Amino acid sequence: MPTALAAPRHRTIHHRARRPRHSVASPRKSLALTLLMGLFLAYALVPLAWLFINASKTQADLFSGFGLAFGDSFALWDNIVRTFTYDDGIFLRWLGNTLLYVVLGAGGATLLATLAGYGLAKYAFPGRKAYFAVILGAIAVPGTALAVPTFLLFSELELTNTPWAIIVPSLISPFGLYLIWVYTLESVPKELLEAARIDGAGEMRIFFTISAKLLAPGIVTVALFAVVATWNNYFLPLIMLSDPNWYPLTVGLNQWSEQASGVAAEPIFNLVLTGSLLTIVPIVAVFILLQRFWQSGLSAGSVKG
Amino acid sequence: MSTLKRRTVIGTVPAALATGALAACGDDTEPAAAGSPEDLDAALERGGKLTYWTWTPSGEAQAAAFTAQYPNVEVEVVNAGTATDEYTALQNAVAAGSGAPDVAQIEYYALQQFVLSDALVDLGQYGLADLEPQYTASTWAAVDLGGVYGLPQDSGPMVMLYNQAVFDEFGLTVPATWDEYVAAAEALHTADPNRFLTNDAGDPGFAQPLIWQAGGRPYTVDGTNVGIDLQDEGTRRWADLWNRMLQPGLLAPIPTWSDDWWKALSNGTVASLISGSWMPGILEGSVPEGAGNWRVAPVPSYDGTPVTAENGGSAQSVLKQSADPALAAAFLRWLNSSPESIAVFLENGGFPSTTAELASPEFTGTAPDYFGGQKINEVCVAASENVATGFQYLPFQVYANSVFPDTVGAAYTEQGDLNAGLEAWQESLEGYGEAQGFQVN
Repeated sequence: MPTALAAPRHRTIHHRARRPRHSVASPRKSLALTLLMGLFLAYALVPLAWLFINASKTQADLFSGFGLAFGDSFALWDNIVRTFTYDDGIFLRWLGNTLLYVVLGAGGATLLATLAGYGLAKYAFPGRKAYFAVILGAIAVPGTALAVPTFLLFSELELTNTPWAIIVPSLISPFGLYLIWVYTLESVPKELLEAARIDGAGEMRIFFTISAKLLAPGIVTVALFAVVATWNNYFLPLIMLSDPNWYPLTVGLNQWSEQASGVAAEPIFNLVLTGSLLTIVPIVAVFILLQRFWQSGLSAGSVKG
Repeated sequence: MSTLKRRTVIGTVPAALATGALAACGDDTEPAAAGSPEDLDAALERGGKLTYWTWTPSGEAQAAAFTAQYPNVEVEVVNAGTATDEYTALQNAVAAGSGAPDVAQIEYYALQQFVLSDALVDLGQYGLADLEPQYTASTWAAVDLGGVYGLPQDSGPMVMLYNQAVFDEFGLTVPATWDEYVAAAEALHTADPNRFLTNDAGDPGFAQPLIWQAGGRPYTVDGTNVGIDLQDEGTRRWADLWNRMLQPGLLAPIPTWSDDWWKALSNGTVASLISGSWMPGILEGSVPEGAGNWRVAPVPSYDGTPVTAENGGSAQSVLKQSADPALAAAFLRWLNSSPESIAVFLENGGFPSTTAELASPEFTGTAPDYFGGQKINEVCVAASENVATGFQYLPFQVYANSVFPDTVGAAYTEQGDLNAGLEAWQESLEGYGEAQGFQVN
């Protein structure tokens, strides 16, 4: 938009411009950068295009044609129907499981991270520094490294092969907690809390009516991270669950893919692809819907008011 | 892609957990050790609930037929993953001490590993050793590991499947010896550089049966004493032969079971396969483009004497964690020895391990259109009678197979010397075996 407005002015001034030709509002166009961006865009979109094209093929077309061209028939709808009905509709069950893990796991993680991050940022209590150091340390430990100890622990509790084995570990998000802590320091002024206290509001009321609203962009950011992490969670459910009835989509699709090998091989590559396409649709939708919160969350606090 | 993924999982989790499993052998509280044959019928009468892990397509139908016959028993069929995925889950459950099913499908090559983790019930106590005459010698040998640790379900005597249309187009004859085989591979690839007689990108589940067929007996297992010699005469014979295929580039570098592989079978890029006798059913079910073109022949031989090996195949075993091992054993007896159950298994395209079914005229007489009306089972049954004896797998074969790509696999990618790759594999296996507490020599 700014370039469109600025362009005519350049023309009238010709080359006698005293002001620099390029400003923040009308940056210099760089061919190299545009090409680089184009490259990144292609890098991100080609796999998606590939997935869409191949999800529309029958298995026979998959085996005969070129990967980035459509096949002889457009079987997307057929594939979708078969994906949902294959093996008594197990895909729908996996979708439901994934939603369950996301709602309880990621939802719970967001709630806990928000409460704890806010508490750490706004209340002084003994051991706060030690507590905070532990959380910072926890961010550095990758979840994959904890998968085996977690498995053995849950096995002692006889919780493996139950939804709890996925939900409970998902509830902990040290990084989310840290984000909320930073965000609270930036966007919830002490004066506001003091004013509310003088007016006689209790701490819970202050949190839910004032702070939570100020924190909304931060909460959405944390929720988004948690939802994506839980939705894509693969390794933990892989080792925790042996009953396909509790699989999330990630592990379930892998099982379908593995079906193409061994003594009783029954390849269903077309359903694996269509299933993958269906699996990313909700997460793409969540991202698009929540991104404006996210953007405002990222930029808030970047300029001191 | 799938090899890498599977290897990552196997390489990390079970390696860590299997250590625990072997170390923890003694402290599991074992169920009442002594059972008797009478227990089985009593258990069926009494009834109960069983969990059965399998990836066999006929699993559900067999369980349904069983419940129809024994209404007091409820069987929950769970597909806990195909092959190595299931072993990961199973090994984890064994290590953790809970979560294992009552009955599980285990491939012959992996059985030894679960026996040594003390995970399986010796079915001899229930008199199931008496079933031996029902099975082919090679499948019984695979479950009779110092105790009867499973009952054979299917078998996979190796045969050669070839695409007659491609053979006709390029004027190839069916090779009877390995020398003719290499010559045919050369002729085809020279005539059309895009075509290959076969594919092999380094697959332990393929190399070992070929070593077996060549007379190699690289592993000797006696309790915790393990001998590994991947340079014995037979193993070298195979490696020298396969070098003649690998080094000039006569093997299509396509991993078996990959999407590319299915594609190559469909469009005739790969003109023949050496595989278990279960493969014809899979071709017919999943490569519809090949209808009418494929045929089955014996595996080429080194000296004209027909010899073959077992490739794949599974047994079902009862887990020690089972709350009712007698009931589990009774279900297993029905599953893998009753004609009703085996009939369901055959309907789903399985290749049996029981001599009665293999010998029945109904079985040998089938002449599917897919194979141009050839009586393919005659070839397969003949193969099942020519399986060489005496081949043993390692007690950590699942791990061994998972590191095959790192060692022998390197020779495949460089088109180098397979013998060097085998030596590297041997070194890796010796180190692992010793770390696991085996006496390796």
